[in-house]
Amino acid sequence: MDSSTLYVLAAAVLFGVGVYGLIVSAHLMRKLFAVNIMGSAIFLLLVATAGPVAGHPDPVPQALVLTGIVIAVSATAFGLALMVRLGQETGRATLGIQDEPENDD
Amino acid sequence: MTTEALALIVFLPLLAAAGAVVLPKAWLALMIRIGLLPLPVLLLIPTLEVAHNGAYRVALAGHDSPLGIAWQLDPLSLLMLWLNVGMTLLVSLHAGFSFRPGSDRAQRFWPLWLLLFAGMNALVLSADLFNIYVTLELVTLTAIGLIAVEGKPAALRAAMRYLLLALMASLLYLLGVGLIYGETGVLDLYMMTDRLEPGWLAITAMALMIVGLLIKAAIFPLHAWLPAAHGNAPGPVSAILSAMVVKVSIYLIWRLWFWSASEWNLDTAAQLMGVLGGLAIIYGSLAALVQPRLKMIIAYSTVAQLGYLLLLFPLASALAFQAASYHLISHGMAKAAMFLAAANILKSVGTDRLSRLAGIDQRLPLDVFALALGGVSIMGLPPSGGFLAKWLFLEAAWQAKAWGWLILVVLGGLLAAAYLFRVLAVICLHPRRHGGQASVRRAPNLASVAALLLALGAIVAGFTSAPILDLVEAGLPPGLQP
Repeated sequence: MDSSTLYVLAAAVLFGVGVYGLIVSAHLMRKLFAVNIMGSAIFLLLVATAGPVAGHPDPVPQALVLTGIVIAVSATAFGLALMVRLGQETGRATLGIQDEPENDD
Repeated sequence: MTTEALALIVFLPLLAAAGAVVLPKAWLALMIRIGLLPLPVLLLIPTLEVAHNGAYRVALAGHDSPLGIAWQLDPLSLLMLWLNVGMTLLVSLHAGFSFRPGSDRAQRFWPLWLLLFAGMNALVLSADLFNIYVTLELVTLTAIGLIAVEGKPAALRAAMRYLLLALMASLLYLLGVGLIYGETGVLDLYMMTDRLEPGWLAITAMALMIVGLLIKAAIFPLHAWLPAAHGNAPGPVSAILSAMVVKVSIYLIWRLWFWSASEWNLDTAAQLMGVLGGLAIIYGSLAALVQPRLKMIIAYSTVAQLGYLLLLFPLASALAFQAASYHLISHGMAKAAMFLAAANILKSVGTDRLSRLAGIDQRLPLDVFALALGGVSIMGLPPSGGFLAKWLFLEAAWQAKAWGWLILVVLGGLLAAAYLFRVLAVICLHPRRHGGQASVRRAPNLASVAALLLALGAIVAGFTSAPILDLVEAGLPPGLQP
């Protein structure tokens, strides 16, 4: 097994962990972490499968991943802020169907 | 000249958004004007360019693909730009009332609004997959911020659900982009066509991107986030979200499907997309039929109406492309009008529960009129833009001898009539219409005028179709040219 197969397998396992976490956990912080783990899996895959161009590493996938990480960080920050606000308003940081009120306003 | 105009169309709202955040409160009104008002004038320059030369390509700051940012203006992107500018300006007229500059709410709302506007302009201009990813994120995150801007629990919950799904969708899309780059070595939507061989890797990549975009476009069965998000957002936000934001994802699928993968044989996948569209039409309409709240009815109607945009894939003809484009425009205006009218009703009555709206037409005639006019276009009654779009769909299905899709379009119209007449019947014909509405305050007039203008636009679109359809025809994708 060469190293790139190993990376691809690792990415697949990470992605699975992320999907599991997103579906199973109720707390929003865990859900956000799960999405981040899925993101890491995809970044790993993109970097691992990027072939060298003329003997040098290809810069384009690296640039894609770097931008992807920046976006993931800001989206996570935004998600956490949203979660905190939701916690302040409703007293809990979950999205259960049972807390869906009949909202009339 | 065209390059500068296009750059301003994106950067003016972007800079205005930044200005609205950092400058003192008193400058907000000026920033809003700078970010919005010059845009229609600026758009005339690219319009002339397209009229004379067809398409126009920009490598921003002289850096071309793959690391630079390439924009491509063609008739379809021009149409999307006009739609976005026109709708945003009209809806801003309403937002100017509900988020009047000077308040804290306005301070939170307008920077996001301008950012969303800039992001959408950049998105429809982008010619490369990665730049599209970045603009798509900009659009999604600002849209979610706008849903939550008033901090109501129901809206916060809807925003959170939307955020989680949208993040997952973006990751799927990004994975697809990475795989496509690995296969072809390019990221350009229009340059990859020759290099994109339909091997399993390329097919997986394309499928990942399209599924990501279908989540963002809330296509049944991936629609679960939409009704709560659009139904609980502030009025102007619901309007622009339903009218534009979900549509740009479908616009991107069109680009991938009919431009990048134009050499592929996609018949089976096209039928599948059509089935998804059909299920969306039927499910969305039935769900709209049983909603107790007006804004939720309109939101489920969006789920249904988005389905029509997918009928383009199985029908795949020049006529179907015109039908889908025209549906995109007329539904946009009609839906924005209905959401704004519903927001005015909600604000005046204090609730949008249908059972409490009996007789409201006597207090808020303008809003109910705008709601009804928008409904006429959604149902596809003549003379309206919605009627013309449905007619073109029927014609396209007739010519393709696709009787199943033809029946579906007719059935969709009937179901739309059912859920919209239910609303109008409760408002205008309910036995309790003469009591209980005396305390209703009138909504600000200009807010009602904005809704009415959009509704009239949806109706007028039934008469002035020639220039728009000519533009769509000039921008037909390579595979669909007659």
